[in-house]
Amino acid sequence: MKKFYMSTSPHVFSRDSVKKVMWNVNLALLPAAVWAILRFGMDAFISMLVAITAAVLAEWLFAKLFKQKIRLWDGSAFLTGLLMSMTLPPGMPIIFLIVGAFFAIGFGKAVFGGLGYNPFNPALIGRAFLAASWPVAVITWKEPTVGALSSISAEAAGTLASTIPVEAVDTITSATPLGALGQAFSLNTQGVIDGAQLDAVTGALSSKESILDLFLGNIGGSLGEISALLLLLGGLYLLWKKIITWHIPVVYILTVGLLSWVFGGKGLMDGSFLFSIFAGGVFLGAFFMATDLVTSPMYSNGKMIYAFLAGVLVVMIRRYGGYPEGVCYSILIMNAFVPIIDRFTKPKPFGYVKEVSK
Amino acid sequence: MGLLTFKKGIHPPDMKFLAKEKKIRRIEAPKELYVPMSQHIGAPAKCVVNKGDEVKAGSLIGEKGGFVSTNIHSPVSGVVKAVIDHPTVFGTKVQTVVIENDGKNEKAYLDPAKQSAVETIVPGILAGGIVGMGGATFPTHVKLSPPADKPIDTIIINGAECEPYLTSDYRLMLETPEKVVAGLEIFMKAVSAKKGYIGIEANKKDVHGIFSKLLKDRDDMEVSLLQTKYPQGAEKQLIYAILKRVVPAGGLPMDVGVVVQNSGTAAAVDELFSEGKPLFERVVTVTGNGVKEPGNFIFPVGATLEFAIEQAGGLTDDAAKVIMGGPMMGFSVDNLKIAVNKGTSGILVLTENEVMKEDYDVCIRCGKCIDVCPMYLSPYKYIELGEQKLYTEAERWNVMDCIECGSCVYTCPSKRPMIQFIKAEKAKITEQRRKEAAK
Repeated sequence: MKKFYMSTSPHVFSRDSVKKVMWNVNLALLPAAVWAILRFGMDAFISMLVAITAAVLAEWLFAKLFKQKIRLWDGSAFLTGLLMSMTLPPGMPIIFLIVGAFFAIGFGKAVFGGLGYNPFNPALIGRAFLAASWPVAVITWKEPTVGALSSISAEAAGTLASTIPVEAVDTITSATPLGALGQAFSLNTQGVIDGAQLDAVTGALSSKESILDLFLGNIGGSLGEISALLLLLGGLYLLWKKIITWHIPVVYILTVGLLSWVFGGKGLMDGSFLFSIFAGGVFLGAFFMATDLVTSPMYSNGKMIYAFLAGVLVVMIRRYGGYPEGVCYSILIMNAFVPIIDRFTKPKPFGYVKEVSK
Repeated sequence: MGLLTFKKGIHPPDMKFLAKEKKIRRIEAPKELYVPMSQHIGAPAKCVVNKGDEVKAGSLIGEKGGFVSTNIHSPVSGVVKAVIDHPTVFGTKVQTVVIENDGKNEKAYLDPAKQSAVETIVPGILAGGIVGMGGATFPTHVKLSPPADKPIDTIIINGAECEPYLTSDYRLMLETPEKVVAGLEIFMKAVSAKKGYIGIEANKKDVHGIFSKLLKDRDDMEVSLLQTKYPQGAEKQLIYAILKRVVPAGGLPMDVGVVVQNSGTAAAVDELFSEGKPLFERVVTVTGNGVKEPGNFIFPVGATLEFAIEQAGGLTDDAAKVIMGGPMMGFSVDNLKIAVNKGTSGILVLTENEVMKEDYDVCIRCGKCIDVCPMYLSPYKYIELGEQKLYTEAERWNVMDCIECGSCVYTCPSKRPMIQFIKAEKAKITEQRRKEAAK
């Protein structure tokens, strides 16, 4: 007699799979990645290639080592490598990229039991490890080698350069918009530049032309944080594919923008909303990092709380911390709170709410 | 007006086109029938015939074995060939009366005249062996016997048929809508309900139109157009969609003054009260890409799956999985000697390509199961807890509220078998509760 398959219900399934999810996220990153290559040239391409290759190799090695399922081609290790490279400046030494990718996969994921069990975003673990080990390399920005150098950094840097000691000029002239802003504030605090000069810098940075450059990506920065537009495009694709929900990106971006407007300027409500969200890694973080399925909260309310607190952290780090940018740490710190957020945001099942009138 | 619905749920491809256009065909009963004594939830019926007894279509062969139980009748005239233990859809063997059909089609129906009074409706329904024909097979007379402190004001006829592939209710409502309305009237009379609704999913607009016409001059009945969404036909979801009443957790529809009955059940009750015909046959959709000529048939209970599938042109070469019921909540079977019963709304045969053969993958915490769960549960958690045998913890995560609709597994990118774990956890918890109650 013919043998039939047996299983518990249901017997039909959506066409979704982990592989599809992961490759779709990679696909969503593609426009921003291509833009980085156009903008920074071979350096960017090599960075991505090395980080991805190293991440996939690390995946294989650690899976063997820990006897986990080997999942080279499901796109998850690829994504970790790509994301990590996109948080780093172009022209990172290859060896650092390899070390970062191995650390991301090994200590960011494999030690916890592999995909699905990691509490922290592996790509950000990789970046954080590199930032701790070779801080200079992680914040050394090269000017884009292709395309016109944007007006903003040059303009802002020019303002700074005319007022500060010569030895500092090197770093400042190659700074990102966010870096320039941070430096201007700290130089002002140190008394090197006065209020009028600070105003000149912030004014240049948050001018219409500057904001447009930031939005389109005509700026310097890490590979994946230069074009807010292309990241937004990728994010919308993920929303359309229902891989992420709106809660985290919307709340995160709004929180950063609003708080920067209130606290990010010289006085209260003096900061630039648009500058704060288009500069740095906010869009990359909002759509691709904070939304990482494994390391973000499960419930909608929890997602909003998580994104809000992460947004607060970004502004605190940018304004009062030692780094110009706080996206990476804001997300890593909030990752640690996910279990407790989940615990307190689990909704009541249907039937436990107060009875609707008969 | 917007379509009525519940929150969350899924939109699987409905696949109803396979059998939708096929008129219900009455099939001549097979030579041999295997009528199980347990075709309903609750205690099995007590067999009241012996080998060699002569029976007619409608003869009582099993008498209810408890309060939650019901009668079983012979679907054909003939001779009891044997009383055996025979496999059923649940994998266990059940006492089964094997009847040899003599082909004479002699009838021994109940007397319909005796059952028309209000107080005799419920006993009449028990006498006729009527159960919920949507698949749950809960004895209908029990549903219509609410305690005095729970008055019923509304009856809902479930014509959602939200399971993909199935078209038996659709055809029945299309071809004999007046029977469904008559059945609803009897239900309303039985519990003195003031209002009756017929819930129809928007993919059956023609049926909705027919009922609208039939009911246009009545103010005690109404047809509700529901969004096509799974599990729209789940009792609690249906009640919420139509009345916006929330059945309390662990409670029953009667707690909010409602009784829900399947459209097939309504038609069966009408036949019982107009012709005296007990429930011994039903409309079954035999469908799927694994059968050659999908269609809708009236089969006697006790007809084997083998027989049923033959009527639909037989299996295709690549037929690989046979499911009793729909693809979301039905049961897979590996033995085609298993018989059609009162709850068999469909027989679905999937092909080799349509069967999921991959192993399930890790949970990536995407939260899709949570986004679709119509009971607002956290399905992903039940695998984690089940693997560690943390049943009390599963109970705290409200596993007992799960309606096993399967939306979570359907939508899961990793195809994790949540329902399998949930069923096991529920069984353990029920066993534990029973032990504690016995103490």
